Amino acid sequence: MDHQGLLQILLYVAVIVAITPLLGGYMARVFTGERVGLSPLLGPVERAVYRLCGVRPDQEQHWTAYALSVLAFSLVGVVMLYALLRTQQWLPLNPAGMPAMAPDLAFNTAVSFVTNTNWQAYAGESTLGPLAQMAGLSLQNFMSAAAGIAVAVALVRGFTRRSTRTLGNFYVDVTRATLYLLLPLCVAGALLLVWQGVPQTLNAQTAATTVEGASQTIALGPVASQMMIKHLGTNGGGFFGQNAAHPFEGPTPLANLIHMVAIFAIGAALTNMFGRMAGDVRQGWALLAAMALLFLAGLAVALWAESQGNPALAALGLGQPVNLEGKEVRFGIAASTLFAVITTAASCGAVNAMHDSLMPLAGMVPLVNMMLGEIIVGGVGAGLYGILLYVVLAVFIAGLMVGRTPEYLGKKIEAREVTLAVLAILALAFGILGLGALATVLPAGTASVQDGGPHGLSEILYAYTSAAANNGSAFAGFSANTAYQNVMLGIGMLAGRFLVILPVLAIAGSLAAKKAVPASAGTFPTHGGLFVGLLAGIILVVGGLTFFPTLALGPIAEHLLLGAGVRF
Amino acid sequence: MNTPGMNTPVMNKPAKGAALFDGAILRAASVDALRKLDPRALARNPVIFVTAVAALLSTVLFLRDLALGGTVPLAVVGQIAAWLWFTVLFATFAEALAEGRGKAQAASLRRTRTETPARKLASPDAERWTEVPATALRAGDLVLVEAGEVIPGDGDVVSGIATVDESAITGESAPVIRESGGDRSAVTGGTRVVSDRIVLRIATNPGESFLDRMIALVEGAKRQKTPNEIALTILLVGMTIIFLLVVATLPAFASWSGTGIPAIFLVALLVTLIPTTIGGLLSAIGIAGMDRLVRFNVIAKSGRAVEAAGDVDVLLLDKTGTITLGNRQAAEFIPDAGVPERELAEAAFLASLADETPEGKSIVALARERFGFDPEAIGRSGLSFIPFTAQTRMSGVDLPGPRAAGGSAAVAEAPTEIRKGAFDAIAARAGRRGISRELTLAVERVAKAGGTPLLVARDARVLGLVQLKDVVKPGIRERFQTLRRMGIRTVMVTGDNPLTAAAIAAEAGVDDVLAEATPERKLELIRGYQADGRLVAMCGDGSNDAPALAQADVGVAMNTGTQAAREAGNMVDLESDPTKLIEVVMIGKQLLMSRGALTTFSIANDVAKYFAIIPALFIAGMPQLQALNLMGLASPQSAILSAIVFNALVIVALIPLALRGVAYRPAPAAVLLRRNLLVYGLGGLLVPFAGIKLIDLAVTALGLA
Repeated sequence: MDHQGLLQILLYVAVIVAITPLLGGYMARVFTGERVGLSPLLGPVERAVYRLCGVRPDQEQHWTAYALSVLAFSLVGVVMLYALLRTQQWLPLNPAGMPAMAPDLAFNTAVSFVTNTNWQAYAGESTLGPLAQMAGLSLQNFMSAAAGIAVAVALVRGFTRRSTRTLGNFYVDVTRATLYLLLPLCVAGALLLVWQGVPQTLNAQTAATTVEGASQTIALGPVASQMMIKHLGTNGGGFFGQNAAHPFEGPTPLANLIHMVAIFAIGAALTNMFGRMAGDVRQGWALLAAMALLFLAGLAVALWAESQGNPALAALGLGQPVNLEGKEVRFGIAASTLFAVITTAASCGAVNAMHDSLMPLAGMVPLVNMMLGEIIVGGVGAGLYGILLYVVLAVFIAGLMVGRTPEYLGKKIEAREVTLAVLAILALAFGILGLGALATVLPAGTASVQDGGPHGLSEILYAYTSAAANNGSAFAGFSANTAYQNVMLGIGMLAGRFLVILPVLAIAGSLAAKKAVPASAGTFPTHGGLFVGLLAGIILVVGGLTFFPTLALGPIAEHLLLGAGVRF
Repeated sequence: MNTPGMNTPVMNKPAKGAALFDGAILRAASVDALRKLDPRALARNPVIFVTAVAALLSTVLFLRDLALGGTVPLAVVGQIAAWLWFTVLFATFAEALAEGRGKAQAASLRRTRTETPARKLASPDAERWTEVPATALRAGDLVLVEAGEVIPGDGDVVSGIATVDESAITGESAPVIRESGGDRSAVTGGTRVVSDRIVLRIATNPGESFLDRMIALVEGAKRQKTPNEIALTILLVGMTIIFLLVVATLPAFASWSGTGIPAIFLVALLVTLIPTTIGGLLSAIGIAGMDRLVRFNVIAKSGRAVEAAGDVDVLLLDKTGTITLGNRQAAEFIPDAGVPERELAEAAFLASLADETPEGKSIVALARERFGFDPEAIGRSGLSFIPFTAQTRMSGVDLPGPRAAGGSAAVAEAPTEIRKGAFDAIAARAGRRGISRELTLAVERVAKAGGTPLLVARDARVLGLVQLKDVVKPGIRERFQTLRRMGIRTVMVTGDNPLTAAAIAAEAGVDDVLAEATPERKLELIRGYQADGRLVAMCGDGSNDAPALAQADVGVAMNTGTQAAREAGNMVDLESDPTKLIEVVMIGKQLLMSRGALTTFSIANDVAKYFAIIPALFIAGMPQLQALNLMGLASPQSAILSAIVFNALVIVALIPLALRGVAYRPAPAAVLLRRNLLVYGLGGLLVPFAGIKLIDLAVTALGLA
């Protein structure tokens, strides 16, 4: 790897570490209802929203009410987006006259955006008009991100509150997340991107004459604003089909860096917010450290795999057998790989290179990142509550070894919490292995696969993993837009989102009702290096044990076969 | 009452114990292991139930291949099926063995029960009785027991007083006194009345006595799972479901690559992945925990209580008998100005010669130690001893005349009166002027330091005082330091005034103290700690301890205590040794640690098993996957067989650990976690790599696969 690549990675890590406590502190104030700098400006708006929606902000909810609110809010989102996608031809702000989406694709797209997956079985610029992009997709980009953050905040309250029945008010949390967090950051970020040359216009397209004299239609639109929320909210649904690999989405290295920082910003800051609300910032840093450990390990493997070059190209007698196919060549291999690892780690799913074209083992890293449940920083909110589920397991398994009923932040982890955490992890395994296996044997499923052999298997696996983990990135070479895949991937996305959120909120409710045991020498510390290692280990072992056999058949087999000169 | 092991800061030694593997118990367990193959019994343990289903399935596959032929060599299929059955049997054997040891322990207690008839009375003072079998007695029945008879059931003495030989259950040979009223009214079935006669009210119905309850706790079939065990079982079930999903979807993924996997290999993969090690040993660990408690002569009424003991944050300890030796001891002679210490000591010595109270004896002992006065060498003729009475509140001796220390008698007309007693009693006798200012100051100083001043006077002259103080048991300070390292607070409970209490607390090194304790304040203290989320353990014996015992998360009642206390507590200490609370906590911790350690070990083992089986499964279709065969196992068949054999044998290898519990040394949680993670986490990761490789070498050498 070149120095520039290494520098880029170091710079990136430094920026994330620097903004984490700043943003985390701000978020802790926002979600404990304290006044922040923006309160004078946004307070009236916030109160107007509550009046308009009939929300009583001081009325806290029991976990069941909170969960019902999440479900109702999401259901309304799916129905509204579905209706919009099916009727866009009759609605205004559709200058290119895009037709209605097919029912199965509209279902898939609506579910995809409401579950914060943003799996796109279509190319945005040639399917959707500005109204659908903005009022439909961009709106859900905000709402799904805010809902994820709200669930995470509720779980944090479960860990940090004592002997209470309530977890806060979902509608208040969503409103505050949107108004105080997502909107201001988006406005600032979008302006930065426009400065870097990302288009922001209501014109659908512009005509241009190429150097050869041919005339070309170039798609345009409100790109910068949607770019920012897609990264910040770890949505990943690009304006263009090629996503961040499109030059309009990432015109410069600085814009590329802004994208990458935006992907991790809120997820990383949430750990800090968690630490602050728990009254011990080190608890938050410990979670972030475990995430960083897994992130850097994955990045190292991917970079190593890419730097090995392609033995098949070497065999053809090429001097530099570096695998450049499908890479963002302007920024180099390191940047492409970094982006791939970040986007899959964070459940973002925006891509700036074709993951299909990564070397097999480098392609496996994004896959593993998603299979672990998107807990390496993860989706906004989802990453925090995901890793806290693993914390419950890690604390339970290892905590017994100090001779006490396991406890985390003074809350005893008992049968109820263990049951719920196991259920959530089962949901992910079901989505990936169950639905993936079905797609592998049913003709309707296999029809979508372009390649044979292990690489084809990787394509199917990647699609279902991406859906169940609510990531949304895709291996190219997989034709996602078929009735079968649209429906099944939609089910995978719903399972991956709500079959995790429900147990998470149940855990939050159960924990909030408990007393907290004061820490003593008898309780094992959860802020040190030992705990970080333990947590990362449990994540790797539980995730690894679940998915190793299938990975062996997919990317690992491909890697070994490639070494042996077999191609697909 | 003996105070076992007070000199060792780590742990009391168990009172009695059988060898880990006793021949008779092993034989009985082998039979029981087969009996436990009953599907209804297996269903109690989901992981082993799944293993049994897998074993059954593999047997069916073997029979099918036997009839129709198959792709995998028949011998290999047969061996896999056999080892799967062994896996199930090893698990049931582990449970049967733990039960057998527990039952042997219980049986030795139960032997004390006899079928002798009981004499049932209609009322406490009835003259006539009816003879009924002891087993027919119900709670509330009145029974007459006379010298030489065995007490037919647990109960309370309602009239009379008797000495009772409780050696059958406590191992303590000296008989104890049991009487109606007060805190020594409870008797235990199976003990023997040595003298006198008592009438007792039976407290339990048949099958509900402490012994019955304890026996139920160590017998697997009736044993209720404890909260923690339930949570762990759920985790294991969850993992089993995940691995079922993994194995069930594998043929689909493999078919993509055109690789067919023989069903028997899938069955083998499933069994090696599901946590059979901890699943097989889980109930054995729980039973062994109870059993360890019984070996310390403590009977738990529920498994929940044992688990709670491991979680305890606060120990409430009675001062007297637990922290200090039962009585005050003379510590120092403090003479008044101008009086030689020797003179004071001699006077105190003479005044205490006939004093049989522990305080009196300790004064004699101190005088002997300091100045060599020998109580045997004193001619007692002419000495007239004045015993302590509640009216005078003094005791002492009248000497025939003035005489030199320990020596020749001189002729005297008037006897010399030596008296010792409390400050105000002696002061009243000597008159205000008899007490010097220095002495008054000394009295105050002693009281402030937690001691009791005992003044000594010769005639009208006050010589000085003897400082009596509570003597902290040797070694107790170290034990409290150990507890502090474990994160447990110790609170001393005493009826003393705050000053005295604070002085002793400082000397013993407890964290906190409850002075002028009343049952109400004790209860209040426990509730306060519990409101902060802490778990509290205490021991007690009196009837007025009952509410606090019931409120505490772990309440250890002394067997010598009242029936009310024994009903309220969730454990009973047969030896009535309050310091054992500390051992109870350690046994609870050891139980939880054993579960955690074996769970970690079991899960970590899976990594190596994957590297044995996965290449073996796919190698036929994709020879390149040989690269994953890190252990270099000889062939796919031998790899799978080795993994299965290792999986079965590791259960057997870990039975001693499950029964004994993992080694526990008191240390902060962070230290324990680091060590156990290293041993059972890293060890669990590495051991199977070596184990499977060795078995593979053996399997290949023997030509088994």
